[in-house]
Amino acid sequence: MRKRLFYQFSLLLVAVGLVLAGCGNDEPASTNEATNAPADSANTGAPAEEGIKVGILHSQSGTMAISEVSVIDAELMAIEEINAAGGVLGKPIVPVLEDGASDWPTFAEKARKLISEDKVATVFGGWTSASRKAMKPVFEELNGLLWYPVQYEGLEASPNIFYTGATTNQQIVPSVTWLLENRGKKFYLLGSDYVFPRTANLIIKEQLKAEGGELVGEEYTPLGHTDYSTIISKIKEAKPDIVYNTLNGDSNVAFFKQLKDAGITAADMTTLSVSVAEEEIRGIGVDVLEGHLAAWNYYQTTDTPTNKTFVDNYKKKYGDDRVTADPIEAGYTAVYLWAAAVEKAGSTDVEKVKEAAKELEWEAPEGKVKIDGETQHLYKTVRIGEVQADGQFKELWNSGEAVKPDPYLKGYDWAASIQPTE
Amino acid sequence: MDVYLLQLFNGLSISSILLLVALGLAITFGLMKVINMAHGELIMIGAYSTYLTQNLFNDYLPAQLFDWYFALAIPVSFGIAFVFGLVMEMSLIRFLYGRPLDSLLATWGVGLVLQQAARSIFGAPNVAVKSPAWLDGGLRIMDGTLLPYKRLFIIALVVVCLLAMYLYIYRSHEGRRMRAVMQNRDMAACLGVSTRRVDAMTFAIGSGIAGIAGCALTLMGPIGPSLGTYYIVDAFMVVVLGGVGKLAGTVLGATGIGMFNTLFEYWTNASLGKVLVFVCIVAFLQWKPMGLVAMRTRSLD
Repeated sequence: MRKRLFYQFSLLLVAVGLVLAGCGNDEPASTNEATNAPADSANTGAPAEEGIKVGILHSQSGTMAISEVSVIDAELMAIEEINAAGGVLGKPIVPVLEDGASDWPTFAEKARKLISEDKVATVFGGWTSASRKAMKPVFEELNGLLWYPVQYEGLEASPNIFYTGATTNQQIVPSVTWLLENRGKKFYLLGSDYVFPRTANLIIKEQLKAEGGELVGEEYTPLGHTDYSTIISKIKEAKPDIVYNTLNGDSNVAFFKQLKDAGITAADMTTLSVSVAEEEIRGIGVDVLEGHLAAWNYYQTTDTPTNKTFVDNYKKKYGDDRVTADPIEAGYTAVYLWAAAVEKAGSTDVEKVKEAAKELEWEAPEGKVKIDGETQHLYKTVRIGEVQADGQFKELWNSGEAVKPDPYLKGYDWAASIQPTE
Repeated sequence: MDVYLLQLFNGLSISSILLLVALGLAITFGLMKVINMAHGELIMIGAYSTYLTQNLFNDYLPAQLFDWYFALAIPVSFGIAFVFGLVMEMSLIRFLYGRPLDSLLATWGVGLVLQQAARSIFGAPNVAVKSPAWLDGGLRIMDGTLLPYKRLFIIALVVVCLLAMYLYIYRSHEGRRMRAVMQNRDMAACLGVSTRRVDAMTFAIGSGIAGIAGCALTLMGPIGPSLGTYYIVDAFMVVVLGGVGKLAGTVLGATGIGMFNTLFEYWTNASLGKVLVFVCIVAFLQWKPMGLVAMRTRSLD
């Protein structure tokens, strides 16, 4: 009897897989109705025909919803503010929300739908590199426009994508240099097992060789990995000065909690994370993270006049307990930059907007940003921050001025061997 | 040398976590044959119950009592998950006994509903549970070898749960009725045992233990809507490897997976380690499809 149960069980698993695959195909029709509701409430009430439609394509469900929902909030807030100030070209912006559902093919499918069916002027969306890589061919094929708001591994410059997050020379490379100068030479690289951490670590390894650092260990864990006891043993054995952390998502919680339990604090060993921002700190617990470092271009505490209003408005709109963070700010900035480019071009035509966006400047919450015409990335200021007891960052160092984006690291001799993997 | 000792302890710790996660399933799947895909979400409910208990202590009780919230969180998590399990059994599962395919799909659906409900109530981001101060730090047995109190606590908690379950199933009247129903439902019913009540209680207890697992996991990992999905595969693996229907098998299964996982991960890396463990499990089940401890039964079908 039990033998049969096993057969049945494996059959059932196959059945579940099939059903899920089926659900995936059904989704566009069902989520459409659901997501139009918030879209309508977010626009200022003008009929959709008169406005300019833009797509917002992030994960509202699945593992990445944790991070992406806040970016949607920021983008909707920017749209609302622009509409309140008269819209673009005298018309209100009408957001069309779609759910990427943390599933990369779904991102591509929804992107196609937004461009061909909804005829949106542009799309703001994506978080993981995998979702961006899935959408890229769609935007290139249909000549659409995507604004991607998250720091990423570089080695890309699509003519149809604007990158408002940092590329490697605006986050990872300067932070490694800073660590080598201030915290020690021995690096341990820890990351989740997918494209961003692996590419980032490839770059870091070359940089360590060139700048006199030493690699004492390198580990990757599957996304969603929850037990770091063995990794921590390995770290203890390797005795690094610095753990450079490119873990993503929930694994960070497990890693930092267990690191503290193993008796290792920020005073014993420096860790620098590139995917832990204010929002993640709330979910990990300040007591666990205090004193650890992160590298970003923006913190809620960043001291600019625009940021004060931005943080106030965000909290007023979504609640006092909400925090702003780098990708949230980058999503917000993206909407304003697009609107400014459209105003300048006098049209929403993709080619004209791209032309108008070249060297466009805007006073963002993180400070002045400028679009680099050649790569369609932003000039951004690099900041290294330390987690404080209140869950906010204290800036330890910044680059002083906005750094020119260099996604292919052409300005660094040691990076000559690093090639795009596509 | 002390590294091996530490790794041995880590293996034991992972085994204890796996066992805690799988114990509830050993009842609902192992004894009752309900393929309960919502088991992970019952764990999640336990974790969120702990979060709520913590918040209540924070808001309404003096600060010096805060550290003791965890002692209360364990029964609270058990209770809330127990109630969820009871409601699930009475409203859904009882109509699906003997129909594994249907119950799999139905519980999968319940799992998705619960995940989305958690997302709506608590928000998509993770929430933070501050672990009590008396579990911070660890036992220093040798220079550089620190055994975290939290991991020791989880091992102790598993032993207590296991003992309680053993006493309940093998030494109490209710447990005897439970075994009677699971072994021969018709005969038990003939002898006047209310099989419906026993079913409901059994499923609810399995769910409650999942709640305790959720409570313990707040010490180690993330607390978010998708928490259950990280553990559900491991939980099924432990029960299937151990041998469906046997408590001793579940213990052996968890120990085996935990130890080999730590060993392989130490030798290779986390991704490859997991692959190797799965390869071993698949190979083992080819050789012994009944699992580590096969239940001897005279029932023919």
